[in-house]
Amino acid sequence: MSGVLAPVIEPGFFTSAPVHLALLIGGVVAVVSGVVGMFTVMRGQSYAGHALADLSVTGGSGSVLIGISPLWGFAGVSVAAAGIMDLIGVQRPRGRDLATGIVRGAGLGLAALLLYWDTTHTSATGTTITILFGSMFTIDASVIPVVIAFSLAAVIIVIALYRPLLLSSVSSDLAVVRGVRPRAAGTACLIAIALATSLSALTIGAILSTALLVGPAAAALRLTSRPGLVLAWSALIGLAATWLGILLAYDSYYWPPAGHGWPVSFFVVVLILVFYLLAQARPGSGRRPAPAEGQPGCSPDS
Amino acid sequence: MMTDHRAALGPDEMLAVDGVTVRLGGREVLHDVRFSIRPGEFVGLIGSNGAGKTTLLRVILGLLAPAAGQVSTGPGGIGYVPQKIALDPDIPLRARDLVGLGLDGNRLGLPLPSRSRRARVDEMLSAVDAAHLAGARVGHLSGGEQQRILIAHALVSRPGLLLLDEPLANLDIASEQEVVALLAGIAREQHISVLISAHDMNPLLPVMDRIVYLAGGRAASGPTDEVVRTDVLSDLYGQHVDVIHVHGRVLVVAGRGDGLGLPAEPAAPLAG
Amino acid sequence: MINTWIVATIVAVVAGAVGFFVVLRGSAFVADALPTGAFAGAAGASLIGVNTLLGLGVFSLLGALGIGWLGRRGRHDVAVALALVAMLGVGALFLSFTVEYGPEIDSLLFGEVLGISVNEIAPVAVLGAVCVLAILVLFRPLILSSVMPELGEARGVRAHWIETCFLVVLALATSMALPVVGALLIFSLMIGPPAAARSVTSRPLIAMGLAMLLAVVTVWVAIAVSYQTNWPIGFFVGTIGAACYAAGRGWTALRSRRLRRSQASALPPATPTASAVA
Repeated sequence: MSGVLAPVIEPGFFTSAPVHLALLIGGVVAVVSGVVGMFTVMRGQSYAGHALADLSVTGGSGSVLIGISPLWGFAGVSVAAAGIMDLIGVQRPRGRDLATGIVRGAGLGLAALLLYWDTTHTSATGTTITILFGSMFTIDASVIPVVIAFSLAAVIIVIALYRPLLLSSVSSDLAVVRGVRPRAAGTACLIAIALATSLSALTIGAILSTALLVGPAAAALRLTSRPGLVLAWSALIGLAATWLGILLAYDSYYWPPAGHGWPVSFFVVVLILVFYLLAQARPGSGRRPAPAEGQPGCSPDS
Repeated sequence: MMTDHRAALGPDEMLAVDGVTVRLGGREVLHDVRFSIRPGEFVGLIGSNGAGKTTLLRVILGLLAPAAGQVSTGPGGIGYVPQKIALDPDIPLRARDLVGLGLDGNRLGLPLPSRSRRARVDEMLSAVDAAHLAGARVGHLSGGEQQRILIAHALVSRPGLLLLDEPLANLDIASEQEVVALLAGIAREQHISVLISAHDMNPLLPVMDRIVYLAGGRAASGPTDEVVRTDVLSDLYGQHVDVIHVHGRVLVVAGRGDGLGLPAEPAAPLAG
Repeated sequence: MINTWIVATIVAVVAGAVGFFVVLRGSAFVADALPTGAFAGAAGASLIGVNTLLGLGVFSLLGALGIGWLGRRGRHDVAVALALVAMLGVGALFLSFTVEYGPEIDSLLFGEVLGISVNEIAPVAVLGAVCVLAILVLFRPLILSSVMPELGEARGVRAHWIETCFLVVLALATSMALPVVGALLIFSLMIGPPAAARSVTSRPLIAMGLAMLLAVVTVWVAIAVSYQTNWPIGFFVGTIGAACYAAGRGWTALRSRRLRRSQASALPPATPTASAVA
């Protein structure tokens, strides 16, 4: 058995502590992103998910300045930004994206200011790059409890609002008639997205945060029509891409030029893309040609 | 918003609309509309496009607040079939899932598989002749098929009152008759009151118990032959209109003397 | 210092023109994603010693085409997100081969408008002119396909072709403006001022002109205040952009409330709808 796997799995993979941590945290984040991602994609909020991940940067820098733990800064700013986006956003998809962009622009400007004030960091670029690209193999074990806590919170929100969100996405009128408050459900969903993306941006970087939020869910939506199965596939695809990506990144240390590993972000993103395109190619997914961007929003008013 | 003054409802009433006035964009769209519906009645809400039918339905549902007046509804809740929903093909819901949401769409948590729930959903799908569509993604269904799923969704919770907004628009004559027969049958079997809006009353004539006719922002309600009369409608429209009966169909057309010296145009009825 | 003003003005004019359509077409995400992704290409270019502007251009072009390609196979916002992370993933790969982050990368992220040299003006001006020219040439088909695509199709304006053209222009504008204002903030100029302009007027050419004007004012104020306080220019661009947007929304809300009040007091109850029929 080990003879077959030996070429695939380089030595020391299963015994390395950073790898264990990466597999654990990466796995948790992948599953949470997959679950939250289903509603993100369904409601056309991929941009909000990406923006919230990036806005965590502001939170991280700001919290260092005022001396609280970066973890709370990440989540706090993210959730606050989600609240602002929701408040000023119009219900039409286009108006929502505009509001997201404005909040992101203002937030990044603030981040630039905070990084400028934060004289303890020698290179503003270094911090940004780290947050953008993540560092899967250098995760600090002390973040595990917080990661678990945020993940649970995000998943609980989404699972609790499972049916109201599905109904609101079909038609907010039908939802209201059934006694749902679509606006409140939408706000809660955005907060769940904020929690999920902030913890993933913190641990594995903003790139993977967005990739794991959007890609697996989009693929899963193509694979099946049963909402429960979409959730399951979404989490599974994300998990597979992450673990496989970690494996490949570890292996790449042994590839020529030796001693230099390729980043996990690269592998995971490529794998997610591959899964997405495979799901797209599935015959009978019945996709009508997507309207060009300029056409009136193709996502339902929610 | 929607009040539930049981005291205001008569013992034999499922819906009471009392003095409802609605202003939209500075314009008075509905003025002092009043009518009531009894349990099990099939009522047509007739009016041309823009007469305020959708507005009135939204007030009844509590989606829109009237400037004056109130609406009272009986027990059992309301089922609603909106005029048009753009069902995104991306939404992961099968027909049976959407109907199921009509039962428990507001409940928290994941739905536990329950045989009785599934049986109810299947029963409803068969009632609207859509059992074969149960596993199809709703976004992939045709317009007519989607409409039937929406009807099942509205009925699955066994409401006392069913509201439909222009379900017959854009249907060919055969489909029109199918849908009307379907609705009338269900209403009869389950003793549900039905309020169905349309701009053409003719497909509903065979099954309508009473009519609520909207014109000029005001409403006249009662048995069809008492309301659809030249004198009543002319008063409602504020100008002379003729009610013409042709081969069992009813046409309401603008009368002569419109000042332009043009003859009446039966080919362009106000509501037919 | 005069170089800074010149280049910043050019960038603002282009951002206003292109941004007008970004807002019209709801392409805020694309306008945000392209610069971020293009940054990865610039990093790669600096790695292999090629001119960063070229790396920017190539990558943003690839990104634009990628978005178009993916967008035809699935949801549009998913396409943008995946194209973005793909570009960033490749960028991560490039960066992993560098030993340290050179100052080039720094300026790409945050802009180095205060350090513009005279020989950088020419390429920016040329690219800017090309962008604005392209927008003016494509003006009417763009408006049609953005606002009423079916009408556009009837007039022979093929939506996908226009979409691709617009994405290419956006990519061009991105690569030209990125070294000046930075990857993270170019899109603020493309969103805030045009959104405000649109709230004030619905006449397209005037709105576009106003967008360009507001963008230029934004940049000038940002440069001036940044110079005084030494705070990063991106902060002011982002904040003023948000203020423009807020002002636009406020203006719209105020105007509709005034309209409603005047209508309610002036008009008698609705005239019978039947009077519309002959």
